[in-house]
Amino acid sequence: MSLHDQDDPALRAAQEQRLREVWAPPKGLFLRWTDTNNNQVGNWYVLTAFAFMLFAGVLALIMRTQLAVPDNDLVGPGTFNQLFTLHGSVMMFLFAVPMFEAVSIILLPQLLGARDLPFPRLSAFGYWSFLLGGVFVSGSIFFDAAPDGGWFMYPPLTTRTDLSGLGADIWMLGLSFIEVSSVAAAVELIVGVLKCRPPGMRLNLMPLYAWYILVVAVMILFAFPPLIAGDVLFEMERLLDWPFFDASRGGDPLLWQHLFWIFGHPEVYIVFLPSIALFAMLVPTFARRHLLGYPWIVLAAVGTAFLSFGLWVHHMFATGLPKISLGFFSAASEAVAIPTAVQIFVFIVTLWAGRVVWSTPLLYATGSLAIFVIGGLTGVMVALAPFDWQAHDTYFVIAHLHYVLIGGTLMPLFAGLYYYWPLVTGKKLSDRLGRTAFWLVFVGANLCFFPMHLSGLEGMPRRVFTYPADLGLGGLNLASTIGSFVIAAGVAVIVLDLARSPWRPRSPRNPWQAGTLEWLAHPEDENWGIRSIPLIESRYPIWDQEDFVRKVDEGRYFLPDAEEGRRETIITSVLDARPVSVIRLGAPSWKPMLTALALGGVFILTTYHLYWPALLSGTATLAMVLWWLWTGTAEIPEKPCKPIGHGMELPLYISGSASPGWWAMFITMMADATAFSGLVFGYFFFWTRHEAFPPPEMASAPGMVWPLSALALGLAGWLTTIAAREVHARGGVGMARALLLFGLATSIVGVPAGLAGPWFSGMDPTAHSYPAIVWTLTIWTCLHAAVAAIMLAYVLARSLAGRMTPSHDADIRNVAVYMHFFALTAVVAYATIGLFPEVA
Amino acid sequence: MSDEKRKWHERLQVTLWTLIVPPTVWSVHFLFAYLWAAVSCAKTGFFAEFPTLFTAGTVLALAAIALSGWIAHRQTRLRGDPPPHEQGTDIDRLRFLAKSTLLLAGLSFVGVLFTALPVVFIGDCR
Repeated sequence: MSLHDQDDPALRAAQEQRLREVWAPPKGLFLRWTDTNNNQVGNWYVLTAFAFMLFAGVLALIMRTQLAVPDNDLVGPGTFNQLFTLHGSVMMFLFAVPMFEAVSIILLPQLLGARDLPFPRLSAFGYWSFLLGGVFVSGSIFFDAAPDGGWFMYPPLTTRTDLSGLGADIWMLGLSFIEVSSVAAAVELIVGVLKCRPPGMRLNLMPLYAWYILVVAVMILFAFPPLIAGDVLFEMERLLDWPFFDASRGGDPLLWQHLFWIFGHPEVYIVFLPSIALFAMLVPTFARRHLLGYPWIVLAAVGTAFLSFGLWVHHMFATGLPKISLGFFSAASEAVAIPTAVQIFVFIVTLWAGRVVWSTPLLYATGSLAIFVIGGLTGVMVALAPFDWQAHDTYFVIAHLHYVLIGGTLMPLFAGLYYYWPLVTGKKLSDRLGRTAFWLVFVGANLCFFPMHLSGLEGMPRRVFTYPADLGLGGLNLASTIGSFVIAAGVAVIVLDLARSPWRPRSPRNPWQAGTLEWLAHPEDENWGIRSIPLIESRYPIWDQEDFVRKVDEGRYFLPDAEEGRRETIITSVLDARPVSVIRLGAPSWKPMLTALALGGVFILTTYHLYWPALLSGTATLAMVLWWLWTGTAEIPEKPCKPIGHGMELPLYISGSASPGWWAMFITMMADATAFSGLVFGYFFFWTRHEAFPPPEMASAPGMVWPLSALALGLAGWLTTIAAREVHARGGVGMARALLLFGLATSIVGVPAGLAGPWFSGMDPTAHSYPAIVWTLTIWTCLHAAVAAIMLAYVLARSLAGRMTPSHDADIRNVAVYMHFFALTAVVAYATIGLFPEVA
Repeated sequence: MSDEKRKWHERLQVTLWTLIVPPTVWSVHFLFAYLWAAVSCAKTGFFAEFPTLFTAGTVLALAAIALSGWIAHRQTRLRGDPPPHEQGTDIDRLRFLAKSTLLLAGLSFVGVLFTALPVVFIGDCR
């Protein structure tokens, strides 16, 4: 259709009616919860994460009240342990990380001019997993069963079942479940940024928020899986007595600390970067000019992401590692100050060069930078090992981390809240209440946390439920407590402001006169996301492109219609955003919620040692996933192409590396491979900790024969899958099916072959860390072989059912990606357990 | 400027993968340095008086980063309109990626030097 067609108002009205029907949210008391549209799921996500923040804040207030005066007895030591553990865990796992995912799920499609992210049902699944796991973990404190070992859960305190109760299992399994939803969000966001940009939005025109989200989502892929690997080892020790962290049986508690902090330090930047990303959107708006130094922000985001993986040992300076190791991590910790400072300077320079409008969001932004810089400077101090030895486990560290997190995460989010509230609700928040809240939070944060620097240096230890009067720290502690209540008052004012919002008048569209795409959102709150998908020629199209808003609204750009009654968006190429295809998006469905429930059952039932019901729940999860995939993915369209306007026709089906599904599989498997490398790290870590590893009496186990046989079977499955993919693409359907059947058989046989090694050599996993880690690597690889078998059977079934043909072969191409990673896993695992004992 | 006249370093394809070459070199060097020290200390209790392997690795990493930065620098100089490179054109996208790569090369170079410093000052495994 040409530009000309869109001049007809009747045509436009008909298009709008079709779009409205297609994107209409499901109605009804129960049905409304099946929605998958990003604005709906994003709102639930934000509200839930905000509620968890308030909950964790109340826990903090109880702690501060207990510490207000010396020798207080408001709560006992046991409760206090639960309070600080849950406060830290909830703020990190149930507020900071999910909040970034939630905000991105709302904003990203708008910023990218997409109707939705590529996998809306995956977002919904992530949300339900998060809600279920979050309520499970948080609720435990009402039953006096909350985790109480600190948010980092150091063994042996937490792995010995005589020293810690159910709380440790609740932490480990409940939060593992949340980690699943984080990885799901990472997949969604990476594919969204790389493949769902509007035509013309090349990498150099991408909104900086999208750059930050891309970087942070990639960080999640490398940061969360080591923790998942740690969780696996941890629960194996707690539930099955496999001694990974028990020094008396060849284990080492430091292994947990490594795995935890390989996650834990990047985590700090995972919650900091997306919040600072909000500044990159609002600073240009209020400076009324383009952001200066665009590539410098990219340097800052990418540079911080890399360096943040070289910092983890600075949490372990006091564990007695060789000083040379501490030196490396100290150096990297100092180096990360460079990119962090660069982005702050970019914001300052942009404000300096612009004509600043002093709005409430900008007030939060500048105030938070001030607080963040103080936290950053104390960070430079504690990054020096000798200083850290003095400050370790004192209130100085608490002061540092709260300055960083309040200045780097909480207050930027409040800035974003005031900035984007009109985008989501069509109504502005109150400037008067917003500024009052700002000053309460700003003054309160300094009053609460600045004295902690001093009390820490004077010897106030962390995680102690009370302190004697003659320590002389009563005054400083009282000041901190008063400060904490002032912060709470500020947050209460914000909550009041939000609660009054429904009665406020509507604000005009784009109330801040911003230049970026997200402000195309309609105040009337249409659900279709964007009326037509624009051609982008500038970083600030609303400012720079002539008649931009009118053209979008009149459907003069791409995909202005939904003729076939399907939810759709455009897929473009990674570097230059050239249109590649139109994809059909998932419509509202019960499947994401039911799958989350089933998966939640696995984790929650295992917590209570109900293994048979947990197994049942696991089987139900697998069935749900297969049903979801079978009915909702790689659908063969009713016609090969469709017009998207301006004489362009795009295919409705793509496979291989151009398609979002291929990328999703690749990204998921990157996370999987990272978790596996965490387990392999465990094996070699034990090797460095022992004179002889494997121990001499077990040196011949598991032998070479079985591991290498299992490896051969795994590689055979991999090669036949590749062969099947190639033969299939050339039309050899029958041959491809035969090859798939052969690959299926080798994968199935690979499972007992892999387990036979440790089994026949009589390795007892409870005896020593060596058999325990060998069994773990073996079981991990065999599970992957089993999943390979399921996938190959699935592809075979798709082919037999006529849902996969040589020209519609996304299924086999995606499974081939899985098989590449499976082959890598098999090579590393079986070479390690089968060959390394020969050379060690 | 047509493709035929471009030198080899100007013809290289700039992508998201080449953008992360310098910091990836930093991380490989960092991991190598950490493992070298940790394994030496754990298994033998000391590391070499003059660490030939470590020095060679560091020089190699610095050279790789410098090369990547130099290529990026040359590509930022390809002819086109003046900065800022914020047009929706091939050349602006290329120069943006090249500029970002150059900046990352600078940071990574400093990062590798930082990592090398402890070995200069700390001589044993205590």
